[in-house]
Amino acid sequence: MRTLDALIVESPVFKGLDQDQLELIAGCASNTVFAAGDRLFREGDQADTFFLIRHGLVALDAYVPNRGQLTVETVGPSEIVGWSWLLPPYRWHFTGRAVELVRAVQFDGACLRKKCDEDPLLGYDLITRFSQVLVSRLQATRLQLMDVYGDRHD
Amino acid sequence: MATVTTEEAAVVTRGSMTPLPYRVVRKRRENHDNWTLELEPVADAIDPIGPGQFTMLYAFGVGEVPISTSGDIEASGTTLVHTIRAVGSVTKALCAAGAGDVLGVRGPFGNTWPIEAAHGRDLVLVGGGVGLPPLRPAIYHALAHRADFGKIVVLYGGRTPEDLLFRKELARWRSRLDTAVEVSVDSAGPDWSGNVGVVTKLIPGAAFDPDDAVAFVVGPEIMMRFTARALIDRGLPPERIWISMERTMRCGVGLCGHCQLGPTLICRDGPVYRWDELEPLLGVPEL
Amino acid sequence: MPSKGTSEPAVLAAEDLDALLDALRDEGYRVVGPTVRDGAIVYAELDAASALPAGWTDEQAPGSYRLARRDDEALFGYAVGPHSWKQELLPPRVRLWQARRNGTLAVEEEPIESEPTAFVGVRPCELAAIEIQDTVFLGGRFQDRDYAARRADVFLVAVDCGDPSSLCFCTSAGGGPGATEGFDLALTELLDGGHRFLIRAGSSPGEAVLAKLPITPASAADLEAAGHVVARAARDMSDRFDSTDLHDLLLRNLESPRWDEVAERCLSCGNCTLVCPTCFCTHVEDASALDGSTAERARVWDTCFSVQYAEMHGGNTRPTTRARYRQWLTHKLATWEDQFGSLGCVGCGRCIAWCPVGIDIREEVGAIREEEEQHAHA
Repeated sequence: MRTLDALIVESPVFKGLDQDQLELIAGCASNTVFAAGDRLFREGDQADTFFLIRHGLVALDAYVPNRGQLTVETVGPSEIVGWSWLLPPYRWHFTGRAVELVRAVQFDGACLRKKCDEDPLLGYDLITRFSQVLVSRLQATRLQLMDVYGDRHD
Repeated sequence: MATVTTEEAAVVTRGSMTPLPYRVVRKRRENHDNWTLELEPVADAIDPIGPGQFTMLYAFGVGEVPISTSGDIEASGTTLVHTIRAVGSVTKALCAAGAGDVLGVRGPFGNTWPIEAAHGRDLVLVGGGVGLPPLRPAIYHALAHRADFGKIVVLYGGRTPEDLLFRKELARWRSRLDTAVEVSVDSAGPDWSGNVGVVTKLIPGAAFDPDDAVAFVVGPEIMMRFTARALIDRGLPPERIWISMERTMRCGVGLCGHCQLGPTLICRDGPVYRWDELEPLLGVPEL
Repeated sequence: MPSKGTSEPAVLAAEDLDALLDALRDEGYRVVGPTVRDGAIVYAELDAASALPAGWTDEQAPGSYRLARRDDEALFGYAVGPHSWKQELLPPRVRLWQARRNGTLAVEEEPIESEPTAFVGVRPCELAAIEIQDTVFLGGRFQDRDYAARRADVFLVAVDCGDPSSLCFCTSAGGGPGATEGFDLALTELLDGGHRFLIRAGSSPGEAVLAKLPITPASAADLEAAGHVVARAARDMSDRFDSTDLHDLLLRNLESPRWDEVAERCLSCGNCTLVCPTCFCTHVEDASALDGSTAERARVWDTCFSVQYAEMHGGNTRPTTRARYRQWLTHKLATWEDQFGSLGCVGCGRCIAWCPVGIDIREEVGAIREEEEQHAHA
């Protein structure tokens, strides 16, 4: 049974954290489990948490009139779900649904934001790490947008 | 100087532009716009085809297109298996052919997947959209000679779940227990409980050792570029990534000039290329 | 000094040229050679030596071709015209086969309707161009059936160049104004001291024809005169084109702003590819009869300047003139070497003369070179 600390520091987004930073962050973290079909968060709700997925698949859904519920992305083990906690207006952009059993480390975003206000260096470090997450999401999304497998209507 | 004597000219018997008749013996619909045709020679057969190669398929009176072989070559004998997407007039005519109809075949053309380069190593096969059919013969071969390879990983990306090809086989390959199969779609509705996102997202978590793996990648050019980048980020050297290229093709035999990409003729030097050799060309827009 | 060929050089009087044409016809060849038509010197079937362009020369400049009278009666006193021998060896349209659909696909290859033909007046640059096309159509894994058959039945009578045009640069393209190999017979026209031709055979068929002609042995003076003709022509062409590092220069500069500049002038008309003796691109036309019972396939000249050239399902990989011009020039002068082992250009200058806007490939290469140098020192 791995400790919370180990799980955090081994994940790609938090790799290289020093002991002090790790303690600050772990202080805002806890283990959590979702059953298949459970909703982790809803689009529009206050975003004060984010998750590091340990096991399972989380779908990011959007409801599109006429098309119904669309899954825009799934997020799996070692990946982070949620960056809306970091930037105003702190609202979820999509609905998160557990596709199957999900074990995750849940982080209290409000708690972390407070610690970042007190320790700007920690804040800078977290912004840098999460920027990486955003950039790779952006790249992936752009490729999805290009709809490369679709029909070309020339 | 190359002067061709009349005797030598006579040796050029069946012209390289003359198709052989092949009869459709089986036809399977793979999804809304993809069909697999199995063809048997009416009389003479073409030379044996290898994984990665293609034939020029002729629809009577309509035209010809290059189509990769997509079947289990070792199990097919002289039967040709081609999976075709109906997007233009020729492919639509080919896909409209039924069992008993006769098509024209020229080939085999092009080069093959360097499967031996993967012997004793992990083999990663990444297909995007209609990129899976050209990989399928390599997958069949690897699974039939399983002990020759380390891990085998199949990664497949499609547009939506309805567009995925060979779903039953993907499931069958995965159920072998010695083969990893991961699939992702660009978008999905509520009936899909698999991955959603670009196929490159499957690479960081895929179970292979980048220090000792070979990758074959096929799909739209931009997907191949992103995939190669993701594989390289994971530690796979560019010399062990192979892609399959596509360009305008008319003759398939290196005589018409159309399939040039810079210094290479895709019908003759490809369609399979090593990533590091082709990457500089792909980086020049409109080359 | 022109090459000796396989036999001792001999001399044929100009008024005996009909003997050559008759001997060729006796051997069963149809004779094609230069003649004046519609203000140009073109290749057509020749009935007699009187059809040759006696006393005519061509004045060529970028975008310009004019015939002018000489002050002598030279029979081959011009450079090259808009035609090349590819119209014989690679006809613009050839039906490859016909097919019937009758329960199966019955394909009948088209019988190749070519007669043995003697090409008279083949310039050394054209010999080089024929050799280049031989490599393309006969030197690969797959041969072109039609080209192979036609090529096997050709007799080549080369004529050295005494009057290159201002656009000629064969010496910078690995060739020269004197025929050295690849011909059956080669002639050098001499005017001073009697209108005559130094004639030499380059093959056994050439020797067989030579033996039938009313030739006399060549004197040392004849040989010297012939040597001067070729040497002077080569000198006239020196410094026309800097081909240093040509392959790598072009491939290093695929994004040079010069391509944008030339694209503003280029009409993408494809004239250059039509007149170029090495351009070989074709496309395939598949058609069926209205009742759908028969179909046929033809091989037709194509040009990489055509918008449809690089069309495939899902789009066009060279939709702009810039991309297509770059493709043509880099293929001709650089990547041809990677694909076929030699330079694709023979320095004949036709593309320069026949370009409606006078684009000069020598100038374009020079500009790219200069652009690169300026950039390096910037």
